[in-house]
Amino acid sequence: MSAATTRAGQRRPHTLRGVTRMGLRGQRTLGRVARYLFLTVTLAVFLLPVYRLFIMSLMDVPDAYAVPVRWWPTVVRWINYVDIWTKTNIARSALNSTILTVGSMVGVFLSAPLVAFGFARLRFAGRDALFVVVLATMMLPGEVTLIPLYIIYKQIGWLDTYLPFIVPAFLGGGAFYIFLLRQFMMTIPGELEDAARMDGCNTLRVFASIFLPLSKPALATVGIFTFIGGWNNYLGPLIFLSSQTKMPLPVVLAAYRDLEGGFHGNLVMSAACAAVLPCLAIFFIFQEYMVGGIALTGIKG
Amino acid sequence: MATTRSLHLGTAARRNIEGYLFISPWLIGILAFTLIPFVFSFVLGFARWEVGTPPEFVGLTNYQQLFADEVFWKSMRITTTFVILSVGLRVAIALTLATLIHQSSFARRFYLAGFYLPVMFSGVVLALVWGSMFSLDYGVINDVLRHMGITGPGWLTTPTWAMLAIVIMSAWRIGGMTVIFLAGIEDIPFELHEAAQIDGATPWQRWLRVTVPMLTPLVLFNLVTSLIASFQAFAEVQILTGGGPYNSTLVYMLYLYRQAFQYFNLGYASALAWVMFVLVVLLTLGLLRSSRSWVYYGGVRI
Repeated sequence: MSAATTRAGQRRPHTLRGVTRMGLRGQRTLGRVARYLFLTVTLAVFLLPVYRLFIMSLMDVPDAYAVPVRWWPTVVRWINYVDIWTKTNIARSALNSTILTVGSMVGVFLSAPLVAFGFARLRFAGRDALFVVVLATMMLPGEVTLIPLYIIYKQIGWLDTYLPFIVPAFLGGGAFYIFLLRQFMMTIPGELEDAARMDGCNTLRVFASIFLPLSKPALATVGIFTFIGGWNNYLGPLIFLSSQTKMPLPVVLAAYRDLEGGFHGNLVMSAACAAVLPCLAIFFIFQEYMVGGIALTGIKG
Repeated sequence: MATTRSLHLGTAARRNIEGYLFISPWLIGILAFTLIPFVFSFVLGFARWEVGTPPEFVGLTNYQQLFADEVFWKSMRITTTFVILSVGLRVAIALTLATLIHQSSFARRFYLAGFYLPVMFSGVVLALVWGSMFSLDYGVINDVLRHMGITGPGWLTTPTWAMLAIVIMSAWRIGGMTVIFLAGIEDIPFELHEAAQIDGATPWQRWLRVTVPMLTPLVLFNLVTSLIASFQAFAEVQILTGGGPYNSTLVYMLYLYRQAFQYFNLGYASALAWVMFVLVVLLTLGLLRSSRSWVYYGGVRI
C-alpha cells in the first residue's frame, strides 16, 4: 500500500473547481444538489433503525405492537429507563460489563505500548520475523482457538471467571493494538530518542518519558477500540461464563429478548438503548481519534 | 544509537535481551493464548472428545464424517452466499459513500459520523434493532412497503428473504470501511486529477480512471479484512434468525457453535474450525495473488 503512504499528508482542495465555463455551471449545481440529496436520503435510511430503537424504548407495550407501526409513542415513557433499572437485573450486568471492560483496558494500556515500542524502536535478533507473526495473528480467525481455549480454561479453573477476558489483555492485548501503536511509534522522530540517550536515559526511560507521552493519540484510539470491543463482546462471555449473575450486558440482552417475547418488547429496546449509550458517548467525544486510528491502520497496513 | 555504558555483555547481546524484555508480554501471550491453542485445535480435529470422557484418537474420522455431513455442506453454501453478497455490497456502498462525502464541501463530518454510528452497536443490539425492522406485522420495513402499496415478505420466516435480511443487516456497518476509503481518496495527489482534466476527462472518467485505480490497494485491504470478519459472523445472526428458518441462515460459525457448545462434539467442531481456517487462508492468498493483476501500486504493477 505504498502508493497511499508516500503521498500522505498532502493537503489540497477536495474538489476540482478549475473549470469556469458558464455552460457547466447549471449542470454542476444540479450535480451538487443531487449529491447532497442522495447522501441525506441514504443517511436517513441508515439512521432509521437507530430512530426506531430509540423511539420504541419510550413506548408502552400496545404502542410497540401497534399495526400499522407507530412512529411516535402515544405517551412518551421515560419511566421505561427507570423500570429497566429497578425491575430487571440490568444494573448488575452493566456492572459486570464495566468490570470486564475496565479490566481489559488497564491490561492493554500497560502491555501493548511496551510491546509496540519493542517492535518499533529496538533492534534485536528475530524482530522482523516476530513482527510477521503479529501480522499473521491479526488475520487468524478467532474460532480456531475458541474450542482449545475453552478446554484449557476448564482445566485451569478459569471458566465462569473474568480471567479469560482480562489476563490476555495484560499480555500484549491483541495483535491489532500492537500493530496500531507500532505504526504510530515508527513516525516519532529518532532525534528525540538520540537526545534523550545523550542525556543518559536508559531504554525504559526513553519509552516512558518520550514515546509514551507522544503516543497519546494512538493510545486514545487503542483505548476506544478496547472499550467498544470489551463492552460489546458476546461470544466470549457466552462460552466462558455460566453464572447468570456474572453475565455482561450483551448476553443478558439476548436472553432478555427471549423472555419478553420477540423483538418488540419495549423494555428490551430501552435496555438496548441504555447499553449502547456509553459507546455512543465515547464515539461523540473521541470521534477524531477513532477516525484517525482507522485511517492509520488501513492505509499503512 | 548504541549506549556507551560498559557492561560485561556485548552490545548485541544486551540489545537482544532488552528487546525481548520489552516484547515479553506478547511472547507469553501469543504462546499461551494463540500458538498452543492453535496446535491443540489441530490435534483435536483427530480426536473424539465428548465432555466427561477422556479424549480418544480417531484419525481422520471427523473429517470423513464432515465431508459426508449434509448440514456442513449446506452451511458452507449459506456462508459462501452470505460472504459474497455481504462483502460485495459493503465494499460497493462504502466506496460510493466515501466518494460522495469527499466531494461534499460542507457537513462532511456530519455525514461521516452518521454513517459510522452503527459501528458502535454490538452484534446483539444490531440484531435487536433489525429484528424490529424486519418483523412481518410490527416491522418498520413492511410498514413502509405497505404505504407504497406493497405487501412485504416474511423477512425472518422465508428462507430466501431471511438470507437477504442478514445481508442487509451486515451492510449496515460500513462506517470503518468508508473512513478508510475516504482517507485513501484524500491521499490521491491532486496533480493526477489535474492532468486528467487537462486531457479532457469528465468527472466520471476521472473517478473511474484515477480515483478507483489509486484506491485498489485499499479495496484489497477492505476485501481481505471484511472477508475474514464475514466468515465469523455469529452474534447478530444467532439472535436475528437463530440460523432458521429451516437452517437457511445457518452460517458456518453458528453450526460450529452448535456442534461445540450445544452437542459438545469438541473434536468434530475442531475439525470444522480447521476447515474454515484453511479456507480463509486459501481465499486470502488467492485474493493477494489475484491482486497483482488489479491492484495498482503507484506506477508499477507488481
